[in-house]
Amino acid sequence: MSGSAWLLGTAGLGAADFAALFGHFALLSLLAVGGAIATAPDMHRWLVGERGWIADAQFSASIALAQAAPGPNVLFVAVIGFNVGGLVGALAALSGSLLPSTLLARSAGRYGRRHAESLPVQAFQAGMAPLVIGLVAATGWLVAEPVRGSAGGLVLIALTLLLMLRTQAGPLLPIAIGAVAGALGWV
Amino acid sequence: MSEAAPEALRAPASPGAMFRAFNRLALQGFGGVLPVAQREIVERERWLSREQFVELLAIGQVLPGPNVVNLAVLIGDRFFGWRGIAAAVGGLLLAPLAIVLALAALYAQFASQPAVAGALRGMGAAAAGLVLGTAWKLAPALSRNPLGRWPAAALALAAFAAMALLRWPLLAVVAGLGSAACAAAAWRLRTRR
Repeated sequence: MSGSAWLLGTAGLGAADFAALFGHFALLSLLAVGGAIATAPDMHRWLVGERGWIADAQFSASIALAQAAPGPNVLFVAVIGFNVGGLVGALAALSGSLLPSTLLARSAGRYGRRHAESLPVQAFQAGMAPLVIGLVAATGWLVAEPVRGSAGGLVLIALTLLLMLRTQAGPLLPIAIGAVAGALGWV
Repeated sequence: MSEAAPEALRAPASPGAMFRAFNRLALQGFGGVLPVAQREIVERERWLSREQFVELLAIGQVLPGPNVVNLAVLIGDRFFGWRGIAAAVGGLLLAPLAIVLALAALYAQFASQPAVAGALRGMGAAAAGLVLGTAWKLAPALSRNPLGRWPAAALALAAFAAMALLRWPLLAVVAGLGSAACAAAAWRLRTRR
């Protein structure tokens, strides 16, 4: 990369474009029930189709890369922003995605604590707890989708569960085993 | 709410301690941070009981936005207000953001290597196992649910099936199953009072 490509990207975005990027992602933030990844189809429609700021393959690669790197999966938004408009694009996309949902979460959390003894709050907590656990399991099932057809993948999932539930090993050990086994072509 | 051995729980010492803990758990979170967050916050730091963790996760999942960032906002605000939010979210995002952007800048050069693609698949399988194991570890929180242990377990299974097998949109799961579950819980809590 030369010049200011790492700062502003190569698509030639101006200040109004960065503001539009921030604004669009801020709007999506409020629709992102089920996590930021649920808004990926609309990001794709807007960035690839409508604006033409990023290629299709680059969009998919951004998501895969963020999933493989450490940290929350929402960072895929920053990678997409980076590929659209460099560092400024990454910060515009990420801050747009996080600001509205952060303000909302803070208010909801405070309301819940202020009314912790009220019937609606207690009923919400009791009723939603089973769903939360079912949804975490469903996330695991969906993350496993690309490898469910491979014997090596199923062995890795079983080994990870064994390490996690029967030993004190941290999460880095199964991830490292998975990376090595995958690089050797066993998955 | 916190009758789960409150003497065993402790509060984070400072926003700085919170930043370091979230930074540490984020850097271990390959393919998703939730399994590490449960391990570090509930099992290691003991800032929240398993039940409190599920309660905050419920708010974080129902609200729009990334679940783990919402969780960091809720935990940060609970202990230190805005400073806690800045510490928890900053710890969660800053170092991983630098790493992922560096990788994005390098990516074009190694994307075509089959070993790299295979390693990503293997890491994905391990990440799936970690998330499934987290659900298993959180499940005992249901044993004291006001709905009763077995109705709560049936609801968890129904949510799993609706989302993973039937591929309902999350909004439909929350609006359909969730509102029915909350109404049933309200009825049980009212008759108990």
